[in-house]
Amino acid sequence: MPAVSKGDGMRGLAVFISDIRNCKSKEAEIKRINKELANIRSKFKGDKALDGYSKKKYVCKLLFIFLLGHDIDFGHMEAVNLLSSNRYTEKQIGYLFISVLVNSNSELIRLINNAIKNDLASRNPTFMGLALHCIANVGSREMAEAFAGEIPKILVAGDTMDSVKQSAALCLLRLYRTSPDLVPMGDWTSRVVHLLNDQHLGVVTAATSLITTLAQKNPEEFKTSVSLAVSRLSRIVTSASTDLQDYTYYFVPAPWLSVKLLRLLQCYPPPEDPAVRGRLTECLETILNKAQEPPKSKKVQHSNAKNAVLFEAISLIIHHDSEPNLLVRACNQLGQFLQHRETNLRYLALESMCTLASSEFSHEAVKTHIETVINALKTERDVSVRQRAVDLLYAMCDRSNAQQIVAEMLSYLETADYSIREEIVLKVAILAEKYAVDYTWYVDTILNLIRIAGDYVSEEVWYRVIQIVINRDDVQGYAAKTVFEALQAPACHENLVKVGGYILGEFGNLIAGDPRSSPLIQFDLLHSKFHLCSVPTRALLLSTYIKFVNLFPEVKTTIQDVLRSDSQLKNADVELQQRAVEYLRLSTVASTDILATVLEEMPPFPERESSILAKLKKKKGPSTVTDLEETKRERSVDVNGGPEPAPASTSAASTPSPSADLLGLGAVPPAPAAPPTPSSGGLLVDVFSDSASSVAPLAPGSEDNFARFVCKNNGVLFENQLLQIGLKSEFRQNLGRMFIFYGNKTSTQFLNFTPTLICADDLQANLNLQTKPVDPTVDGGAQVQQVVNIECVSDFTEAPVLNIQFRYGGTFQNVSVKLPITLNKFFQPTEMASQDFFQRWKQLSNPQQEVQNIFKAKHPMDTEITKAKIIGFGSALLEDVDPNPANFVGAGIIHTRTTQIGCLLRLEPNLQAQMYRLTLRTSKDTVSQRLCELLSEQF
Amino acid sequence: GSQENQERCCQRRGRGIRFILIQNRAGKTRLAKWYMQFDDDEKQKLIEEVHAVVTVRDAKHTNFVEFRNFKIIYRRYAGLYFCICVDVNDNNLAYLEAIHNFVEVLNEYFHNVCELDLVFNFYKVYTVVDEMFLAGEIRETSQTKVLKQLLMLQSLE
Repeated sequence: MPAVSKGDGMRGLAVFISDIRNCKSKEAEIKRINKELANIRSKFKGDKALDGYSKKKYVCKLLFIFLLGHDIDFGHMEAVNLLSSNRYTEKQIGYLFISVLVNSNSELIRLINNAIKNDLASRNPTFMGLALHCIANVGSREMAEAFAGEIPKILVAGDTMDSVKQSAALCLLRLYRTSPDLVPMGDWTSRVVHLLNDQHLGVVTAATSLITTLAQKNPEEFKTSVSLAVSRLSRIVTSASTDLQDYTYYFVPAPWLSVKLLRLLQCYPPPEDPAVRGRLTECLETILNKAQEPPKSKKVQHSNAKNAVLFEAISLIIHHDSEPNLLVRACNQLGQFLQHRETNLRYLALESMCTLASSEFSHEAVKTHIETVINALKTERDVSVRQRAVDLLYAMCDRSNAQQIVAEMLSYLETADYSIREEIVLKVAILAEKYAVDYTWYVDTILNLIRIAGDYVSEEVWYRVIQIVINRDDVQGYAAKTVFEALQAPACHENLVKVGGYILGEFGNLIAGDPRSSPLIQFDLLHSKFHLCSVPTRALLLSTYIKFVNLFPEVKTTIQDVLRSDSQLKNADVELQQRAVEYLRLSTVASTDILATVLEEMPPFPERESSILAKLKKKKGPSTVTDLEETKRERSVDVNGGPEPAPASTSAASTPSPSADLLGLGAVPPAPAAPPTPSSGGLLVDVFSDSASSVAPLAPGSEDNFARFVCKNNGVLFENQLLQIGLKSEFRQNLGRMFIFYGNKTSTQFLNFTPTLICADDLQANLNLQTKPVDPTVDGGAQVQQVVNIECVSDFTEAPVLNIQFRYGGTFQNVSVKLPITLNKFFQPTEMASQDFFQRWKQLSNPQQEVQNIFKAKHPMDTEITKAKIIGFGSALLEDVDPNPANFVGAGIIHTRTTQIGCLLRLEPNLQAQMYRLTLRTSKDTVSQRLCELLSEQF
Repeated sequence: GSQENQERCCQRRGRGIRFILIQNRAGKTRLAKWYMQFDDDEKQKLIEEVHAVVTVRDAKHTNFVEFRNFKIIYRRYAGLYFCICVDVNDNNLAYLEAIHNFVEVLNEYFHNVCELDLVFNFYKVYTVVDEMFLAGEIRETSQTKVLKQLLMLQSLE
């Protein structure tokens, strides 16, 4: 027996730690450690077998050295040996070493698992606890494989000690988080739910965490937990402050358990059973009432514990969003906290009110606190509190208070911390646009933004103001006048030069009548900034100048002189030089008419979701998008961000025939208008029809192929011995273009080759397809291409049919396939934050707006594939929105010529049942219906 | 592959505590308990970042601070910072008081705990943590029950 058996642990360890602490330098420390490592190594290698105490001491020293930040590459085996000791302290050090220095050596893992198995079977609660804690701390897949079946049994066995139950519950939770597939659901689940009734509140505390985690992924299976949680909660909140003895913390009964129960209830909608619902409402009222009672203690622990429960209750009230009375009471309570002397409470109240602002029931109540929130913006010392105030102002903003809120945010911007300026700029820009009744206010606001925080005004923001000015002719004159005045400032931000240059180039004529802003003065003003600007801005200004040549013939020669100067024509920058050369040439050779056409005013931009909003959403929340989604988003930003001044695109400037490109929006060439094709009975290309022969029935397998194209755009649509049909398509907004490739697989010519697009009657009105006939002869081995221009006029359900007729050898061939032009192709993804998503979700709550389908999985239920499909379907995949992480939610907008339809979707997989539940909510029932049909086929 | 995916998925969206740190003002770590897989370099980076974030704050600041995609709930006791990293939508005050509850237990267990107790008895501190927090969740909140269990374990030495 070792000499040290009583009391305070290991003397050698204490001496070693003291030595390390006394080291004067890093070098001395390393020297001491190396000496110790050499000593331990020799002990472990020595001939004399070490006793348990020594082994424990050396393993513990190794652990200490590791925690100091040094590598440890031996001692694992000795640690594993300690696991089979019968002494608690030795076992504990062994398990601790294993937990901290997890090792992937498979032989070791086998030994460790064996030791754990023995301890689990030991019926010694202390040893069982150590083993369970080790599993919970390591949580490896190997451990899940070995023990995931065993732990539920320990958890629900009648004779298991309470403390072991607590550990088993959380151990199982850990395994479920890391390896859900290895934790089998079974009879034990219902018994776990009943742990909510356990006498021992520690067991209930641990079990509630487990149940919450399991319920997120298997809501049906754990539905009964709702009523049990409500009655447990009810017993706690109505208990006297001494009833729960050990579990009362500073006069608050079981605060942590209450919080956990309230979180569990947030996995579910409001209880359906009226009795349960009534009881829950009573609980929530009691919690709100207690907040008004005088405190039972002055200690901050008392109020913190009480308010922890209160805030969680408010979260649940907001989550249910169904009891106006409770929502308003919650809002009033938070209103009191807004002026509390505790910074923590002010912060939390601002944060919590932000979500309340999005509920229709409490939006007005939140608004009444506007002055307090504005005051917080001005006086709070902690930037994170001011940040929450900005968030709340943004959330409570509507038409009635927009002017005030925008003004306050602008004035805050003057002194705001650099870290949050860009976000405030975006928020101001969005609010100004969203709530502008008077667009002169909008223009003023954006110019103020540039003045106050020009460096933080991103491209999206100044692009957007140009889009809006171009689209609204009532504000163009005002915009021209305002930018002209702003440009007078001796030092103005380069972003202002960009906006000013662009707007004067388009609308300078509207103020040219005033002698104070005559064409020459406008030009001189802009040109005075030219030399101070960066290359992209100069390029933009050159485009403004050529636009001036068209707008103001009287300054043509002045501008030509500028373009002709060496500093332009011989500019070292290729882009600037090329523009100068081409614009000078254009101004010289083109007739007035051609100039007027080429340099015509920009056409209005198509209305679509603000690109700034997209940017704000992107800033918020973790960016966990896949590459695929990234590409999509880039594409949409590209389309949105259009107002790069038309002549500014390099390709435009270098195109010899500039007319089309100079006018283009840069990104989207509108579908070229095909010559009108004779159209009878939906046959758009029937001129070459061989005969009046009827259209063939759909080719076998055509449906499968069709479904494959719902989430992708390219691939082989049809193939038989003779013919292969491939597709490539692209869609933007409500327009699309499809390339159909017909490959002749034989060595013989196809004659009278006639593809025909057939739209059923009701489809014809909603989907506009235009194409040209293809060459009627397809040589052996050759491929011909057909382009179909597509326009979605209104939402549609059926798909067009592609019928192909041709002669091969002596035979007449007739093939029909469904052409995969589906409604989801006109999706544009929309990113949004969780609260926005649920707010909109609730707004779409009419029964006809929702369509739901529950169906069996046809393919393996793989998370990544599912995500890729949802993205391929065209909606955005929203991460961290659904409280249940196993679910998928998406959002997007379907674009048609006549309207835009916001769509939200939610896909809930149930791995056990191999089922899915898909829910679509859109503002139009037929759209919900069709999208649900299409997407259901994909899984 | 798929295990990694699941692990990553859980890490991103699972609930619960991601790590507990006890650091002194100089940045020396007195306890680091990880409930999420990080490699050693990442752990070191997190330790330094947390230190940088919390030590610049004063008593007028909140006890919460945004941290990457998470938040840190922290409280300073003499020269020691007790920090818990949780999801942004977790209950701030509940974790703030969980820290205090833990500190009261340490205080009782070590009879007026000081920084040196945590240094010399680091292996016992892990036991206290595991009694009160397990798998990133609050396991036991009753000080009486935790202390009783700790005394029982102490008697086994």
